[in-house]
Amino acid sequence: MSTTVLVIVIAALAVGTYGLRLAGVVLVDRLRLSEPVARLLPLAAVALLAALAATAALTEGGDFVGVARPVGVLAGVVAAWRRAPFVAVVLIAAATAALLRLLGVP
Amino acid sequence: MGTFWRTHGADRKLVRDVAAIAAASAVIGVSFGAIASAAGVPAWAIVTMSLAVFAGGAQFMAVGMIAVGSPVAAIAGGLLLNARHLPFGLSIADVFRGEGRLRRLAGVHLMVDESVAFSLAQADPRRREAAYWLTGASLFVAWNTGTVLGVLLGAAVGDPMRYGLDAAFPAALIALLLPRLREPIGLRVGLLGAAVAVAATFVLPPGLPVLLALVALVAAWRAPVRARRSAS
Repeated sequence: MSTTVLVIVIAALAVGTYGLRLAGVVLVDRLRLSEPVARLLPLAAVALLAALAATAALTEGGDFVGVARPVGVLAGVVAAWRRAPFVAVVLIAAATAALLRLLGVP
Repeated sequence: MGTFWRTHGADRKLVRDVAAIAAASAVIGVSFGAIASAAGVPAWAIVTMSLAVFAGGAQFMAVGMIAVGSPVAAIAGGLLLNARHLPFGLSIADVFRGEGRLRRLAGVHLMVDESVAFSLAQADPRRREAAYWLTGASLFVAWNTGTVLGVLLGAAVGDPMRYGLDAAFPAALIALLLPRLREPIGLRVGLLGAAVAVAATFVLPPGLPVLLALVALVAAWRAPVRARRSAS
């Protein structure tokens, strides 16, 4: 790929992504949302992040991922549910998945 | 004084939690730098991408598309994957309320999944703002340092899957969402959003399934109406 094309790709991604990041923040001020709609907005982030977590935990390239990753995530979530510290949640999830792979689990 | 120590103690906890996710992000940054190098992308382009785009998923996708010689797919795919930042901005805009213009323009660049999730996990508005900036800035430094290291180390870097980091990211997100998921409305919206997105992953291109999860807001739409009715 030529340098020019590469510059165009990176510039388009950078400007486009920044625009998307700014758009929502600016829109809220312009739109003067009603109270019930404004109260829904934090829930939009809940829906998006839950969707992101679920798809990252279960799928890869448009198909189900192996066993090690979902089980690792589940171990981390159980720890979090039982109010384990956040650092422990991250370590338990990673260690469980790594250990399973070490044992040959896909 | 009591409030001061409580705030201070909680802030130390926040710093420790953010450090954990920043460390994981740095390792993934290393693998991004290494994979992009191996794909033949020049070092200046890799480093610039991490600084200016600052969105892991889109960057991995773009490098994959560049490697197979599809610049248009790299742009379209990356931006589709990043489209979720628009609703993110809508939902956490109060973090930027009262900020000066410059700080606001700089702050939105730090909008990533983790800074939104950490911000959302805080109950108090002032802590929401602190959590957003701390997480965003830490991840920016970690991601870019990791990228440079990955470019320098190249193929010597192993696959981050081996360390189970692919499991750490979703678990961390869910842990941060838990305070919201313990509320009935949050749980309904979260579960429905997750189910819609996972089902859509098998038929739609990356990026769209997560956006489609916004339909889960219908699960919350009737709740305020019902609450008002029972209040009257």
